[in-house]
Amino acid sequence: MKKEKTDKKILSGAELLVKSLQGKNIKAIFGYPGGTVIDIFDCLHDSDIDFYLTRHEQGAVHAADGYARASGKPGVCIATSGPGSTNLVTGIATAQMDSIPLIAITGQVPTNLIGNEAFQEVDTTGITRAITKHNYLVKDVDSLAQIIDEAFYIATTGRPGPVLIDIPKDVQKAKTSNISSKPINIPGYKPTLMGSLKQIKKAAEFIDNAKRPVIYAGGGIITSGASDLLRKLAEKTDTPVTTTLMGLGAFPGTHELFLGMLGMHGTQYANYAIMESDLIIAIGARFDDRVTGKLSEFAPHANIIHIDIDPTSVGKNVKVEIPIVGDAKHILKELVKIVKDKKHNDWIKEVNTWKEKFPLSYKKKEGVVSPQYVVECVREVTKGNAIISTEVGQNQMWVAQFYKFDKPRTLLTSGGLGTMGYGFPAAIGAKVARPDMPVFDIAGDGSIQMNIQELATAVIKNIGVKIIILNNGYLGMVRQWQELFYNKRYAATCLRTGALNPKKCEMVKKCPEYTPDFVKVAEAYGATGIRVRKNDDVKNAIEKAMETDGPVIVDCIIDSEENVFPMVPAGSSLTQMIGGMA
Amino acid sequence: MKRIIFVLVENKFGVLARVSELFSSRGFNIQSLSVGETLDSKLSRITMVVDGDDYIFEEIKKQLNKLINVIKVRDFTGVDHVEREMLLIKVNLSKNTRAELMEIVDIFRAKIVDVGKKEMTVEITGKDNKIQAFLDLIKPFGIVEIVRTGKIAIARNKNEGGE
Repeated sequence: MKKEKTDKKILSGAELLVKSLQGKNIKAIFGYPGGTVIDIFDCLHDSDIDFYLTRHEQGAVHAADGYARASGKPGVCIATSGPGSTNLVTGIATAQMDSIPLIAITGQVPTNLIGNEAFQEVDTTGITRAITKHNYLVKDVDSLAQIIDEAFYIATTGRPGPVLIDIPKDVQKAKTSNISSKPINIPGYKPTLMGSLKQIKKAAEFIDNAKRPVIYAGGGIITSGASDLLRKLAEKTDTPVTTTLMGLGAFPGTHELFLGMLGMHGTQYANYAIMESDLIIAIGARFDDRVTGKLSEFAPHANIIHIDIDPTSVGKNVKVEIPIVGDAKHILKELVKIVKDKKHNDWIKEVNTWKEKFPLSYKKKEGVVSPQYVVECVREVTKGNAIISTEVGQNQMWVAQFYKFDKPRTLLTSGGLGTMGYGFPAAIGAKVARPDMPVFDIAGDGSIQMNIQELATAVIKNIGVKIIILNNGYLGMVRQWQELFYNKRYAATCLRTGALNPKKCEMVKKCPEYTPDFVKVAEAYGATGIRVRKNDDVKNAIEKAMETDGPVIVDCIIDSEENVFPMVPAGSSLTQMIGGMA
Repeated sequence: MKRIIFVLVENKFGVLARVSELFSSRGFNIQSLSVGETLDSKLSRITMVVDGDDYIFEEIKKQLNKLINVIKVRDFTGVDHVEREMLLIKVNLSKNTRAELMEIVDIFRAKIVDVGKKEMTVEITGKDNKIQAFLDLIKPFGIVEIVRTGKIAIARNKNEGGE
């Protein structure tokens, strides 16, 4: 009898998954094991992919996100079914809001148990439907190869985002000979890249005729890799540039045309420039409420050109004269070619007057550390050649204001969702992606505690992330709002004894000095802890942290009532800034 | 404002949930919804009647287009189209009312699809006003049960709203 030719390989679902990830050149995965993903971990065990065991699934998803932001490549995380997948939810939503390419792989109970309230069962695709770019429940191992390919394609193209693949345990075990995928053809998903030439020409005309133009750039520039083109456009047309929080690093922070960030905690000169402008060139930004302030009073004199890859972002919040849907890189390339060389001497002079009159500034105080100075010192010590992640709140805004980001992918921050606890695990992911770069997480004493367990991950894997805690004993940003808008009633924002009875704070003598003592926390995990109490010691401490191997916590005791200024109160016009240096 | 839209989607599980969720998450009520395969069995056509704020509706249309499994979204507002809905109505019957009921059914070009001693089931197809008029007339006889397919619509011009 003739032997049948069996050149077709047979793989299990789990083997196929790991092989496919290797095929996608995935070098690192972050995650946490559990009952429904044992098969996948069993295969990972033999592979050359570096696996990072975090101490919480949320740490894993943020680390994958930080990896993606720092490297520009998709981040991958794995969690088990039920609580494993629900613990990913915050991180997936964070990536979705900031358009970060992420592949989340979750285990699911065997297909015959789905819907039976089985142990550790939740409807993962149902829960994550609204917070993923797309998600898949794999019901048949024969479709797995195709789904993995599509997932990576969807996550990384167009406006990127997280894609989740939910794989039941029996599908991981089942064998398939379908181990390669067909060319991707998703009829409902064809991102527009090129941008209409007609619209680009029209935009160029507007730019040529503008007297007071401003470029308003967002994270889309960084995603698209269009920073150099943005700079060319700004220089050729002599146009000042402001960016969103997500756009910091898209344009050199030290460039003379740079206005800093705009919006709620943006610079006064950026906000004034927007309000006086006759043409706003918005690129890869979405006119978010933290940027526009009161919408009806936003940029009253300006025509708006809006370039974005996501058609749903264009014209969503403001009326746009020239919408251009496409990839910023392609569109800017054309635009730079056809716009005329320009000089806007009067306009630049006016903008520079605002810059001189209303600079970002702070006063150094005795006996405490100034948070803004800490941020400046990190930049000075690293010469700006570092990756900085932040948590959310005052720490995030001080970084945005005072660290002059010169290069894209050097700031990792949860801009859209505003996730406390993001910064530290993201920094771990970034350090894995870019071991050559110093990586700092600039945190508050509130937010660092949301994922402080990842110190174990960093210590065990010797991931030398440096954590700077701006420690004010408060949930500072909410406290600031309470100070300014709630008559100083610090309800539930004091992180010490005062939390129980804020009014009687002075009378409470038993308040412990630190809750917790972060130096001891660092030491308990086997990391290094340094405490800083005055500005004179800040630089030394940061230098020491840089020289120390492995993770370091620098606990900086700052004034408990330090505020982030200037500030546009929520819902006010951009010209109504408080606390600036007028 | 009430609108009829159709959404052409890939015929896969979970797609209907994605589409309807965009409406529900914005507080839009879907008044009727019908789904069926198209000539190409890989595709399904969802026809919906929704009621709500115009601005939000435009937003939803854009978001629908953004869904990976959605191929096309068309709004029949301002488009010349034919719309139909079918109803099955079970109505009380007695010797005395039989003739009158059959007469009404006849006038409305409805169809008797089942008849028993005490009940009869009628099928009717048409636009809103016709169906409403029919229901008004037979209500006094005592309606036992109604089931509606939800509205479907097709554009008259082949260039508008086609697949």
